[in-house]
Amino acid sequence: MKLLGEFTEGLRIAWTAIRANKLRSALTTLGIIIGIVTVTLMGTAIEGLNAAFMNSVSSIGADVLYVQRRDWLIRSHQEWIEMRKRREFTLDQAKEIMDRVDFAQAMAPGDSHRASVKYGERSADGVRVFGTTWEFARVASLELMEGRFLSAAETDGGRPVCVIGSEVATNLFEGNPAVGHRLRLNGRGYEVVGVLEKRGSALGGESIDSQVVIPMRNFTLDFDPTPDITLQVKVSEMMSLDDAREELRNIVRRVRRVPPGDPDDFSINQQDQLVNMFRQVAGTIGGVGLFITGLSLFVGGIGIMNIMFVSVAERTKEIGIRKAIGAKRRTILIQFLIEAAAICLLGGLMALAISWPVTLAMRQFIPATLSPLVVSLALAVSALTGIVAGFLPAWRAARMDPVDALRSE
Amino acid sequence: MALIRLQNISRRYQMGGETIHALREISLEIERGEYVAIMGPSGSGKSTLMNLIGCLDTPTTGRYELNGTDVSGMDDNRLAEVRNREIGFVFQTFNLLPRSSALHNVELPLIYAGLRAEERRQVALQAIRDVGLEDRMHHRPNELSGGQRQRVAVARALVNKPSILLADEPTGNLDSRTGEEIMALFAQLSNRGNTIILVTHEEEVALNARRILRIRDGLIASDDPVAPRP
Repeated sequence: MKLLGEFTEGLRIAWTAIRANKLRSALTTLGIIIGIVTVTLMGTAIEGLNAAFMNSVSSIGADVLYVQRRDWLIRSHQEWIEMRKRREFTLDQAKEIMDRVDFAQAMAPGDSHRASVKYGERSADGVRVFGTTWEFARVASLELMEGRFLSAAETDGGRPVCVIGSEVATNLFEGNPAVGHRLRLNGRGYEVVGVLEKRGSALGGESIDSQVVIPMRNFTLDFDPTPDITLQVKVSEMMSLDDAREELRNIVRRVRRVPPGDPDDFSINQQDQLVNMFRQVAGTIGGVGLFITGLSLFVGGIGIMNIMFVSVAERTKEIGIRKAIGAKRRTILIQFLIEAAAICLLGGLMALAISWPVTLAMRQFIPATLSPLVVSLALAVSALTGIVAGFLPAWRAARMDPVDALRSE
Repeated sequence: MALIRLQNISRRYQMGGETIHALREISLEIERGEYVAIMGPSGSGKSTLMNLIGCLDTPTTGRYELNGTDVSGMDDNRLAEVRNREIGFVFQTFNLLPRSSALHNVELPLIYAGLRAEERRQVALQAIRDVGLEDRMHHRPNELSGGQRQRVAVARALVNKPSILLADEPTGNLDSRTGEEIMALFAQLSNRGNTIILVTHEEEVALNARRILRIRDGLIASDDPVAPRP
């Protein structure tokens, strides 16, 4: 009860003091504003990048293992040379592996090649043609906007049919139905049997939206007789990804006849790798950002400390009066801490008011939002800065001798 | 039992390597309900004595019992509590908070005493009515005359029902007519049983009290009752 009364009195005093010195308060908060704007934008940018990244890797699938010749992340030139020397990953090997794996919900081998795509007068060059099997729809959780996916009979027997990404469909058919029409892929006719639902773009990578999916068999006939296969294994929910990965590794070693003791001459990739790498990078950026932010807040905090010393000196008499009528050290301390925190909080609020439109502008590039987390973090940091910076001046005020304080003018 | 009992109180200050003896072994008792004036030229030690009695300062040696409690060895925070509960100050320069209304100034000791907001408001309102300023209570000090400011100060001093009203030159910044008004208010308060200690250097003002203490060179030079005025 007592503390509450002192607290509300402190708020009241802080408010009148800030109002009485508008310009001074505004100038003092400038440092805090800059600091908090940095905090907010930094946080927003990192969150935005995170969201953008997670969005783009989600198409990879968290529970899908990618068996292939090369690793997704190559860390050195040496590694690169080593991977180039690896033997090709053939379709036969992939089939053998698929026969042995019993922990998969779905599996699909695949490879891709660039080709020109033509329909009537319209054409596109360098479109990625992806050869795979009917199970790919399940591995990649594909949804169809129109028609159907490749059937088992088509992928086993090898019929010239294709399923196209939404972007390909828009470019070639301009919104008209595509199913039933014939495309020319590098001059060979393929009948469209389905159009995929839009997935959205991946950061840097090529999304399924701009690809053409054809049966593996036709791929080997028309594009590449010795494809370098990537085998996608969607792991059953019954099994942990790590266990599956280990088991898969053993199977692939046996199929590729890697002698015991030799290192793997293939890679098993998964979404986690990218996520981890991204986290590292984002963590570094965040750390550097935090340092810069901390620096500007530090400068702002010194400004606050300075002005609080002035405020305490100016109000020595008031402190004396308050002490004479019963204010304890704690009371005075709280009063000035609240004042410092209030100035900084005000700065924090103004900083948010500045950050808000900037965030909207950032939205052009990354999915940035001023999240409640960032907002509360910014406010907490600003209040904390005030309390830390205000402590020394407040402590000096609290320890004043009432007789001396009353005597001052 | 005496309300105030000073036993062999000394107060020394260090000033630039020199020791100043502001008070030398003073002993003094003041009973509840007394109206005492403390007089003395500047530098006599009367301000030091007032600060000690008002618990703003502590003696270097000696013992000070206020209302049966030894306060001479108390720390800052305990003294603040004692001041809040036992002492009401009235200063020469009023010492009101300039940015707060009269009512809020009067309320302040109650905030530090920890009263609830509604209760606080009521008690403060009553105190401000008692000094006849209910129609000015929302004004700030700079919108009030000197006499009105000093009345607000008196209301603030009395709002916690302290044991002692300690007034330091309360008429020093007032014209003679307003000064008389304030002294009349003090007389009323004394008649109602309040203990008043008045520090002044004006003989005329001191004669309002019923006992006059004269301080000189850190000692009590005389301690006489005042003959009732005709």
